[in-house]
Amino acid sequence: MSGLVVRDLQVVFDGFVAVGGVDLTVPSGDVRFIIGPNGAGKTTLIDAITGLARATGAVTFDEHELLGRKVHKIARLGVGRTFQNSTVFEELTVLQNLDIAAGWHRGPLTLLRRRSSVPPEVQNALETVRLTAVRDQLAGTLPHGQKQWLEIGMLLVQNAKLFLLDEPVAGMSHEERDATGELLGELSREHTVVVIEHDMDFLRRFARSVTVMHAGKVLSEGTVAQVQADPKVQEVYLGHPVEA
Amino acid sequence: MTLVLSQLFTGISIGAVLLLIALGLSLTFGQMNVINMAHGELIMAGAYTVYMLQKVIGGAGFSLLVALPVAFVVAGLMGVLIEVLLIRRLYARPLDTLLVTWGVSLLLQQAARDLFGAPNVQTRAPSALTGSIHLTDDLAISSSRVFILALALIAVAAVTVVLKTTPLGRRIRAVMQNRDLAAVSGLATGRVDRLTFFIGSGLAGIAGVALTLIGPIGPTMGTNIIVNAFLVVVVGGIGQLKGTVIVAFVLGIVQSMVEYTTTVSVASVIVFVVIVAFLQWRPQGLFTLRTRSLA
Repeated sequence: MSGLVVRDLQVVFDGFVAVGGVDLTVPSGDVRFIIGPNGAGKTTLIDAITGLARATGAVTFDEHELLGRKVHKIARLGVGRTFQNSTVFEELTVLQNLDIAAGWHRGPLTLLRRRSSVPPEVQNALETVRLTAVRDQLAGTLPHGQKQWLEIGMLLVQNAKLFLLDEPVAGMSHEERDATGELLGELSREHTVVVIEHDMDFLRRFARSVTVMHAGKVLSEGTVAQVQADPKVQEVYLGHPVEA
Repeated sequence: MTLVLSQLFTGISIGAVLLLIALGLSLTFGQMNVINMAHGELIMAGAYTVYMLQKVIGGAGFSLLVALPVAFVVAGLMGVLIEVLLIRRLYARPLDTLLVTWGVSLLLQQAARDLFGAPNVQTRAPSALTGSIHLTDDLAISSSRVFILALALIAVAAVTVVLKTTPLGRRIRAVMQNRDLAAVSGLATGRVDRLTFFIGSGLAGIAGVALTLIGPIGPTMGTNIIVNAFLVVVVGGIGQLKGTVIVAFVLGIVQSMVEYTTTVSVASVIVFVVIVAFLQWRPQGLFTLRTRSLA
């Protein structure tokens, strides 16, 4: 089936089981939130899907097996991700950051040629993430929220079909959160979106489905209401089952 | 006054040599954080390229001109070979890299002894570069030193243009700033590493060509100069080209001024003490990356 399919994924670091047998199916067009306490293995799961962490099991996206491929090959299959703490190329300008993401298909002969104009897809991405005005600034000097938008812009020009976003609204103001949430909704029309997030209010408003992870395993899955009503989830989050 | 000017120019020319040697390192060590102890032997390879070309071609001037691109490619390919066979298997293991490349450096020195003989060899400098340029009646500067200075400045300009304005340079900087982010953005980081290493090593070859104008060519020429080149890159700030340029010239001038008032060995001691003191005060070097991120 199309979309992201994870089967029995395991990641072990020096004997420590970070992800212990995760099964996950995210159909295309979904906006899936992954939540869970610190150390639940959420980021490691994304690291494994994108090839940055060694894993066993099976991961397919649109029927392409991802495990065992090199990181940049996985990216070229349309799997895009962001990192925690808004990670961009700090010493490059906004435009150059986007150029890097847009340019992987460029041939070796054009590498020494200067770009004469901004390609339309880069221009569109700049407008979508509202960074046109600051395109020549060094990305390291942007405020936190704009860096996170730049990350999303990079995924857009990279032609990512699957967006794996690691805490995309951490540290954002209310207005920025709303705008980001709406952007995620727009994205889901043509893309599959997976979001790791701690902000419950944000989750309630923008998630279409939720997966709860705990201690390297999937604890619960379903709609926001189903997950909130699940006693196992309440136990993990509150330490004891809530009396109804 | 003449004396000061003449020492100043000597200092600048020492600085230019340092700069040429350090420029390649500022890519392989400064940008990629690879400690390649065999960098000096790549310089040696460039110098022996001039020696071989003079045997084949004959004319000193023409063979020097041909040697510049040939030495770049020869040293560059040797560097890529070292990168593909050894260094890429040792990324994130700096101590092992240091030991292994030191071994490579010994191997290459011995190979040079076997191929060209243990004694130093000489090349002929082209006639245009043997004389001096008289600025005033008693102030003369040797034309080979002027040539080296020009070569160093052109090399710095070329590296700057490639790094700052071309897509290739953007990729090199992107991979060095954040390897994981570059890879998930779809860049083939392994290929970028090889290209960076090719350019850095090729610049060592160019430095080797320049060194034939001011000294003999021998199997140990690389080890004699490589320490100073590492110092320049560290003091200038890792990955900071402008730091490398400034520090190369400052070190050259300090060296020549102190050398004049004392002796060569005392000058080296003083320069080392100054560097140690400077690094105590600014361990990150002259320039560092500016960023607002907390990471």
